[in-house]
Amino acid sequence: MPLDLKAHIKHLSGLAAPSGYEEAARDAIREAWAGLADTFEVDGLGNLIATKTGSGPEPRRKVMLCAHMDEIGLIVAEIRDGFIRAAMLGGIDSRVLLSQPVLVHGRRALPGVFGAAPPHMSRRRTEYPTLDDLWIDVGLPGEDVAELVRVGDAITFDAPAIELKGDRLAGKSFDNRVSVAAITVCLEELAARQHAWDVVAVASVQEEVGSHGAITAAYKVQPDIAIAIDGNFAAQAGANDDETFKLGDGPVLGRGPNFHPQLFKHAREVAKAQEFKHHIEALPANSGTDAWLIQVSREGVPSLLISIPMRNMHTPVEVIDVRDVRRAGRWMAALIAGLGPDFLDTIAWPETLSEEGES
Amino acid sequence: MILRELSNAIGVSSDEGAVRQLILDAIRDTVDDIRIDALGNVLGVRRGTGQVDLRVMAAAHMDEVGMMVFGYDGDGGIRFRAVGGLDARILPGTRVLVGPDRIPGIIQWVPVHLNADTKTVPIERLRIDIGAANREAAQSATEPGDLIAFDSQFTELGPTVRGKALDDRAGCASLIALVQGEPFPFDLHVAFTVQEEVGLRGARVAANAIRPDVAFVLETTACHDLPEDPDEPDQTTITQLGGGPAITVADRSMISDPRLVRHLVRVGEAEGIPHQFRSPQHAGGTDAGAIHRSRAGVPSVVVANPCRYIHGPHSIMSLSDFENQSRLLRAAWMALAPSVLER
Repeated sequence: MPLDLKAHIKHLSGLAAPSGYEEAARDAIREAWAGLADTFEVDGLGNLIATKTGSGPEPRRKVMLCAHMDEIGLIVAEIRDGFIRAAMLGGIDSRVLLSQPVLVHGRRALPGVFGAAPPHMSRRRTEYPTLDDLWIDVGLPGEDVAELVRVGDAITFDAPAIELKGDRLAGKSFDNRVSVAAITVCLEELAARQHAWDVVAVASVQEEVGSHGAITAAYKVQPDIAIAIDGNFAAQAGANDDETFKLGDGPVLGRGPNFHPQLFKHAREVAKAQEFKHHIEALPANSGTDAWLIQVSREGVPSLLISIPMRNMHTPVEVIDVRDVRRAGRWMAALIAGLGPDFLDTIAWPETLSEEGES
Repeated sequence: MILRELSNAIGVSSDEGAVRQLILDAIRDTVDDIRIDALGNVLGVRRGTGQVDLRVMAAAHMDEVGMMVFGYDGDGGIRFRAVGGLDARILPGTRVLVGPDRIPGIIQWVPVHLNADTKTVPIERLRIDIGAANREAAQSATEPGDLIAFDSQFTELGPTVRGKALDDRAGCASLIALVQGEPFPFDLHVAFTVQEEVGLRGARVAANAIRPDVAFVLETTACHDLPEDPDEPDQTTITQLGGGPAITVADRSMISDPRLVRHLVRVGEAEGIPHQFRSPQHAGGTDAGAIHRSRAGVPSVVVANPCRYIHGPHSIMSLSDFENQSRLLRAAWMALAPSVLER
């Protein structure tokens, strides 16, 4: 049965798996990829590493696809009179928290909400609260909360994905579950195509707190080339044009020191040949993604970043266009299917080592 | 639980139809002379035993705060304004339903990485995304004046419940329970009112139609009994959740008639029904503000359910407070006599 991509994204979005607490996502992704990869491993930090064996002769080259599966979230920092004070896991924006519903993952998942004083009495309405000003209310007496909740319990947005008009979805954790979904699309495409290289799909942990997972995954996999897939900023009111990309007009290919220039050119040629809509993003330094760490793994890895535009990133209402996710997956599949045994020679540095040069 | 249906029903001020229908279905067997007046109020009479000769009015408002479509951006973003009292800080990242077709939408927020706003972004600068690709698509799906409601579902949390519009669907639910029970010694004139949140509009004409001798308003009021804020250590909590229904002595819109306050307290104490006073320190008004100065003046009082986070998508109320609201009023009405109002 062909992949229902909208349903797949909604399913992945609904999983509660903030940085360091990725178990639910790891289990669900392993299940989603079960028929699409040959072997599965989990490394010391919890990265899920799935390998789809290529058809080329051994020793085969390896391309690593890496999408982080963790989401921004919170943890319980303090409990007072049944109210819960939270600390951040990743880049939470405290300006969107007032009145947001959350799930507190105690002995059971407790529905909670960030309390907001009613407009009748809030005196400081000209400024947003900081996280320390806020309390989560689970509507239970203090004794019950003390019994059910402990410091360190994870907290996630309670924000099931919804369908907007067109091909758009709104929900939490699209950063970066849509990239996991793009890998699913890629693996599905490859199920029907020959590929010489081994494809190692990684759902990495702890990107939102410093790409810790990508470091250990790249070390273990030892890829010959790597593609990180992550969220990017989509154009929206109030955001500048240079750093954002129009929703629905294709995924984004990063360009800059984080990326191998010949590999970049190759990826762009694949997109042009296949007429995949896409954008190019200028990234003068750290891309802020797993690609930044993968590139400097072991003795160096030629790397790429394909990213998917989304509005309202790091809020419970991230908005994506499903077509961009599908395009990212197909683009990667086309690129991978074209990797011959000698591909690395084609992206070799053009400069010559001998004095006279070679013709 | 009718409270669930009432909370989930959408009824932003002037669009109370769905709530009105739930109420009509619930009261038509026990209430006589039901009518819908020119503004949309539901008026009716619960016949009493006739022992007490007083025209008693009881009111609860059907409407809730929300928003309204105001204009469009080229990229399909919808500009909007508040209907009723909203704190713009609760809106970013919130889910909404737009217009009569209840189109799902979300309120946008520029990502933290690109967003330097330190002062509250006013509602005029916020945008709703329904997935429209451009202005024309947004205009073909909605039109200016369409009302916008919070998209949230009623949830039972145990001793408390959570949902939108508990202000004042909880008051409506209590009034329904009261008219479904045993008759009172007097004819009870009920009014389920419209447009409270935009200026007590429905109650004003309802009072003119009912011409009451005395009025009781069933409300749901603010409660902010969270751990103390070190920056505002003297901040009142207004009410305490679980402390019983709150009797208003005074708010921005009126001073409750002290004779009615005394009567409620006396009955509450005699019957052992928990109750508390709403702090008069903070703003807020109720339908009593319109009713008490209708015609030649009406002695009035408010009994309200304490509720955290009102005027937001996820307010929290204690079920025991809610049950005690109707218990206290039932006991007070059973004991009500003209002597209570003697000067």
